[in-house]
Formats: sequence, C-alpha cells, structure tokens
Amino acid sequence: MPLDASYTGQSFKSVGTRPLRPDGIDKVTGRAKYGADFNMPGQLVGKILRSPHAHAKIKKIDTSKAEKLAGVKAVLTAADLPDLTEGDSGMFDMLDNCMARTKVLYDGHAVAAVAAVDAATAKQALKLIKVEYEILPHVTDVDEAVKPKAPLVNSKCFTEGVEPKPSKPSNIAKVTEFGHGDVDAGFKDADIVIERNFKTEQSHQGYIEPHACVASVSPDGTGELWVCTQGHFIYRNHCAQLLGMDISKLRVTSSEIGGGFGGKTHIWAEPVALALSRKANRPVKLVMTRDEVFRASGPTSATSIDVKIGVKKDGTITAATSELRFASGPYLSIWAELGAMTSFACYDLKNVRTRGYEVLVNRPKSAAYRAPSAPAAAFAVESVVDEIAQKLGMDPVAFRIKNAAKQGTKSSYGPVYGPIGIGPTLEAAKNHPHMSAPLGPNQGRGMACGFWFNFGGQTCTDINVGIDGTVTLTVGTIDVGGARASLALCVAEELGIPYSQVKAVVADTGTLGHNDMTDGSRGTFSSSMAGIFAARNTIQVLKERAAKMWEIPVADVTWEAGHAKAVGSKYGNLAPLSLKEIAAAAPNTGGPVAGHSEIVADGAGVSFATHICDVEVDPETGRSQIVRYTVIQDAGKAVHPAYVEGQFQGGAAQGIGWALNEEYIYGKDGRLQNPGFLDYRIPVCSDLPMIDTQILEIPNPNHPYGVRGVGETSIVPPLAAIANAMSNAFGVRLTHVPMSPPRVLKALEAKA
Amino acid sequence: MAILVSTTVNGDHVEFACEPNETLLDALRDRVGLTGAKEGCGTGDCGACSVTVDGRLVCSCLVLAAEAEGREVETVEGMADGAELHPLQKKFLEHAALQCGICTPGFLVAAKALLDKNPDPTEEEIRFGLAGNLCRCTGYDKIVRAVQDAAKEMRGA
Repeated sequence: MPLDASYTGQSFKSVGTRPLRPDGIDKVTGRAKYGADFNMPGQLVGKILRSPHAHAKIKKIDTSKAEKLAGVKAVLTAADLPDLTEGDSGMFDMLDNCMARTKVLYDGHAVAAVAAVDAATAKQALKLIKVEYEILPHVTDVDEAVKPKAPLVNSKCFTEGVEPKPSKPSNIAKVTEFGHGDVDAGFKDADIVIERNFKTEQSHQGYIEPHACVASVSPDGTGELWVCTQGHFIYRNHCAQLLGMDISKLRVTSSEIGGGFGGKTHIWAEPVALALSRKANRPVKLVMTRDEVFRASGPTSATSIDVKIGVKKDGTITAATSELRFASGPYLSIWAELGAMTSFACYDLKNVRTRGYEVLVNRPKSAAYRAPSAPAAAFAVESVVDEIAQKLGMDPVAFRIKNAAKQGTKSSYGPVYGPIGIGPTLEAAKNHPHMSAPLGPNQGRGMACGFWFNFGGQTCTDINVGIDGTVTLTVGTIDVGGARASLALCVAEELGIPYSQVKAVVADTGTLGHNDMTDGSRGTFSSSMAGIFAARNTIQVLKERAAKMWEIPVADVTWEAGHAKAVGSKYGNLAPLSLKEIAAAAPNTGGPVAGHSEIVADGAGVSFATHICDVEVDPETGRSQIVRYTVIQDAGKAVHPAYVEGQFQGGAAQGIGWALNEEYIYGKDGRLQNPGFLDYRIPVCSDLPMIDTQILEIPNPNHPYGVRGVGETSIVPPLAAIANAMSNAFGVRLTHVPMSPPRVLKALEAKA
Repeated sequence: MAILVSTTVNGDHVEFACEPNETLLDALRDRVGLTGAKEGCGTGDCGACSVTVDGRLVCSCLVLAAEAEGREVETVEGMADGAELHPLQKKFLEHAALQCGICTPGFLVAAKALLDKNPDPTEEEIRFGLAGNLCRCTGYDKIVRAVQDAAKEMRGA
C-alpha cells in the first residue's frame, strides 16, 4: 500500500536528528541567490508610481512626457492590462491591487509603471507622469468604516452572507458565522458573564527581503519569472491568468526567499513586471523599496473584537460568543472568517457562536500573516478567559485545563477533534519550572493558549537516484526556513540510507507538477508525506531491479535498511543488494531509477501551543521588557528539532513585537506615517531574552511519521500572554494592541 | 559624471566607475558582483548590508561608493579562508541560527566586528552589539548562542 498515510509508529534513525541544512554553506558565505540577486542580459529597471491619496478617482493619466524621456522603454497603466471588470471579482481585485483601474483605494496603490535602462532614468520618468485625481472621502479605521455614514470604499459592495440581501451598499463585505448549541440559554446558566471589546492595530510581516523579481516575456508568448515567493506555482497561475498568458508557457523559478510569513503568498508587482517586459520586449527587474513594502504589500488586518464568556462558579464555561470586525483593505478577504473559526478552538464548549465581519477600509489589501487572524482573536478570547479565572480565584492554567478541548470535542468551527495537544501543552505549562520561578519588582507573569488549523493541499515530488546511489529529492514547496533538511531526513528515513546521501532541491514550475504554496504550515507536513510516498514508489522500482539482477520474482524481494533482500531461505546465498549497487546496475536493468508522487495531502493535524511570559514594566515610562519567555507546542513529530525550535522562537518574537510595538499609524489624510523600519520598529536583539522551547510530540494519525505543521501557532498566544502578565503585575487590563508605552502609561495612570 | 574608484575588497584590488550618488552597497552588488550584502531598507535601519570599511562596521547603504577610494572593504564573501569557514559561519550553521538567511551575511559581518573588538562579550553585550541588525525569523535566540559559542572557540577556551 504505497499511498497509505497512516501513522506507522516506527522508530527513527534520521528523523529527529539535527544535521546541517543543505543550503547552509551558501547562506553563510553570501552565495545564496535571493530575489534581487539575479539578473538577465539586457534587463531594464522597473519602477512603480504610487498614489499619495487614500481614496481618489483617477481622472486622467498623462504618460506622454515619460514616454519621450531617453532611456524609457515602456510605460504602463491599467489601460495596458486586460480589463477584468465583467469577470470574476476575485481576479479583478487581484489585478486592480497590482495596478489601479478607475480609483486608487489606499496610500501607495499603484497607478503606473515604467521600465527604463537604469534606476535613475526610471525614477525621473515616474516624476514626468501626471495623474489627475478627484479626491474622495476615505476611511481607515475599522470601527469607523462600519458606521452607517462612513465613506464607501466600494459603492458596489453589498454585504454577502446575510438574508435578505441588503438594499444599500456598505463597507461590510461579508458576514460569516460558526458555532453550535444555544448561547442565550448558556449565558442564563452562567454565574459570571464577562464581555469586553478589544482592538488590535495593523502589523506587517516585516520580512527583511523586499519583494523582487526579474520578468522576461518573449514575442511568442512564453515567459520567465524569477521571484521571491512562497508559492511559485500559484504565482505562475495568477500571473498567467491575469495577463492572458498560457499557464504552461510561463516558467517561474523561485529564488531563495528572505522571509515571507504569508506576505509572499500574494502577487503584488509581478504581473506589472511581466507586462512591462511584454511591452518593452526586454527583461525587467523590479525590486520594491522598503517604503513600498510597507505601503503597498502585506499587512495583516486591524481588528475590533467583542468577546463574551459565561461561566459557572465551579469554572465550567456555559457559553461564549465573539463578534469580529477585521479590516480587509479595499477588497473582500477571508480574515474575519478565519478569526471567527479560530476564536474558541482551544475549548470544549457546549454553546458557542462566532461571527466575522469583513470590513473594507482605505488601507493596503490585508494579506496573510502567520496563522492569519488567530493572534487577534486569541488576544481577545484569552484575555477574557484570564479575567474570568481571576474573578473565580482559579489558577489560569487549571481553569483552561478544565475547559480545554480534547479528542472527540466538537470544535467551535465544526469538525470533531482527533488526538490534540491543547491539554498536554497546558499540563506541561503547569509543571514547567518557569511557572514557579520568583518574580522581581514590577514584573508579572502571564500565560495564554493558541491554535492553528494547519493545511495540507496539492503536493508533487520526484525522487531520482543517481548512478552513484545518491538521491535527488525534488520538491515544489518553497523552503522558508530549513525545510529542505527536514524533507531529506524523511526520504533518507524511508529509503533507509544516510541523510548525507540525499540532496533536496526546489524545482521550478517547468520541471515538477503543481504544488500549492508554503502556507498554512503545510510545507514540511505535505512535502514530507509526498516525499515518503515517492520513496515508497522508488523502493518498488529498486525491488524490481534487484529481482531482475537476481532473476527471482519481485514478490520475493523485500526492502530493509537501504537494501534489497531475498525473502526466506530458498535464496540463502544471495547477499543483500544496497541501493548503491542497484543504482550502479540501473543502465542495464531498465534505465533510470525514480519515484514520484502526486497527492492532495489531507489530514493536517491541528496545532496547539501554550506560552508563559514574564514582563517587566517601567511604571514611569510605561516601557515593557520581556524578561523570560517559554513556548510549549505540539509538533506531532519534530523532524529536525532545531528548526522546529526556531519556528517556535521566531513566531513568539513576532507576537511580542506586535504586542508591544508594531503598528501602522495613519494620519488624518489617510497616509501611512511610518513606512520604514525606524518608525515601524520590529524587535531587535536587545529587546528580547532567550526564548525557551518545549516540543511535545502527539503524533498526527494522518501522517506516516506523525508530523504536524509547526510554523504558525507560535505567533498566536503572545499578545494575550503579555496582556495577562501586565494584568497580574499591575491589576490593569490592556485591551488595545500594541501595548506601547503611551497606552500602558495611560492604563497605569487611570488605575492610580 | 562617473567617478573612478580604486579600492580593496576582501583583499583584492578592485576598480570601478560609479555615479556620485551611488551607494557602496549598489557598487558592491552591481559593479563588483558581490551580492552577499543585501538591501533590506536602504535607510540604515536593518543592517542586512553590513560590511566593514577599514575595520569599521557600516551599513553600506549609507556609505557612498566613492568613499571606498583607497580603503579596505570586507564583506561576508571574504570571511571564509578558502574552503575553511570562519568559526562564526560554522557556528551559525551548527546552531541553526538562520532560517531564511537574508539577514545572515549582515549578522556575520557585525558579529565578527563585535568579536574583533571584544573577544569575550556577555550575552547583553552581544545583544546590544547586534541590535543594528534585524532578523525576523529566529527571535535571535540561536544567533546569540552561535556567537557565544564561536567566541568561545575563537578564544581557544
């Protein structure tokens, strides 16, 4: 049964070890090629003109002067791109975001682009493009946008998901609802009910590498795109579909990626680069500036969330609701829906209802950011959970253990859970030395839980065995942080050969079948499953070749520890054949030895984490410092534990930055005021302590080695863990993230 | 009018012509062909373009290419001694101190500059010494440990 994904329960030789990564030397010597490190002969420099207005009608664009400038080879506006107005609204939105067609919808929205012989000429050409705008009223705040008299971002937006269909347009693009039971009855049964409103500000993924690509389109309709992306197959499909190209004639090669965290799952400037190349008939390199990255790519939603929880005196939750308003940017998205789904996923609830509102605002299109929407939802829910525990006089861990979801629980978003890690992470937290360590002056300790679904999706891998017995593993999921090492470990394990004999590479779109993106923590989960299946198919071929070499039936050949063995005693004198020996004989036994797999990787096990955090607050300035931090998370099976720890630590650090500092600040004019790393301050080395990790391994029954995704969950608990720590330190409850010094100081002063 | 610059990069004599307003980062990447230094921000906030000029740690996006005249520039490409990695490079790999790796060249150059001045830094000195370099993947934990371990090895301790 080569395609049986069930957990085997086997013991491991390679999986669980910490070898060096195959791309490591290149990355410490400066040889690795990222998005901006690649050039094509004769390439031009592409630059984009962006709107200075939050909301305006484009009355006229005069490009004549720019076109006449010496060295300018192409000038592009939406008029040069296919008009998708009458087509699929999702595709229209995607292209409209890359290049505004009739209106600019946020500060930074692209309106025109140029390709020129060098950067100086391209910049000069942008200045020569004259855009006539009719400025429209704008709205950037999510709570303002839902008010009846708010300026309309899109006058054709009628709320989806409500009956009857509204007769008037609004900024609420869609409403979704999840839950079960009778929440009204549940709240009546409660002894204590707490209801609070929370706000989280917009944060950016903050990848250090700006978006970069080199595009080349030929007159015969074929094209090449070199790009930093989390999903080159998806980029290929979207770019080709938007530009009217044949999908298979556009070959996309993914560069090494300098961070993505969800932000490089969406296309931004790539269709523009391709269209410029098509128009100029030359390759075009387009690299965003940091200012462009902040203004026109990425950020996660700003949110406003109401949470209400009712509880019995014995600590049993009787009902829970959440109403989540997520700013979506100017286009419909799914972020409130994901917030609604994740809100109460940690708990076993009889009565629960969550409702998500996708709200249009004049800000950049909201993008996926690591466990998208879950951190904001968890901030709200875990804060109220903590407050209830305080009110009941119960230990916050014990209160959560009492109400935690377990195997068989019907989750708040629908499915019934299999074996899950929320209970074990809480038990581990209870017993962790961090929980009982002494605290210093002005310090408080908090904890919180987090959940993420994890995705599977379409996955395709190849294994090719060289005549020297070394193995190339070709995958199509982007390696964002060490996955090639993990995937090679799994294939080495399955084939029974040393890790050093396997080299994992990421294929371009011309040399492997479709792969979904590296998102939803699916990279290692799905590509390891596909890799294991490809290895099993390879073993089948190796067995057939051994049978041929021995001239015995293949049914009498087994595969053990990297060797073909003849079964039983009737072939007693046959020494086992190693993979190397079979590979060497391959030219005479049927040609190249290879194995493939094409799957939809179902059964991604859900992921849970519990975080513990000590924070010290300076009561005079309101500045907070994290003094100790512990992440406890279920990995299913940690294939390469060092990179699993790295995911735990990195997610926690991003959550800490969001909790304490990071936010998009808009002026009254609707312009972003801090589009740079100086004023949008992500945590630096001196802001953080060591981040301790504890990996739990509750096997995922739907993966041969028990693997679960590990990449995202770690960003979910920090916001609430820190707010809970501040509450325990000072008796003030912060309900607005980031909990920056002015907000903390205000809260402290209000209490005093 | 282009300026002709004669300089030393990683011990090699290098000459290039550059624009007066061209940064050292652009010259290194586009004219000298060394793309190890990265542009993460172009404003000196992220440290991904860190190099040393006459031993002094700088953001090469804030230095004019013309200022390299007659100086000695060291980049990440010059850290290894042939096939032998610098202890910092080795320890970054062993400790899994990189995930995406885009900030790694800058961190290595900055860490080397730190250890050249202070061979036995405390954790706090490492954290403040590397505070000019942004990493979004690791949370810095494994980077600090790698630098501690490399410092120890370099001291022969």
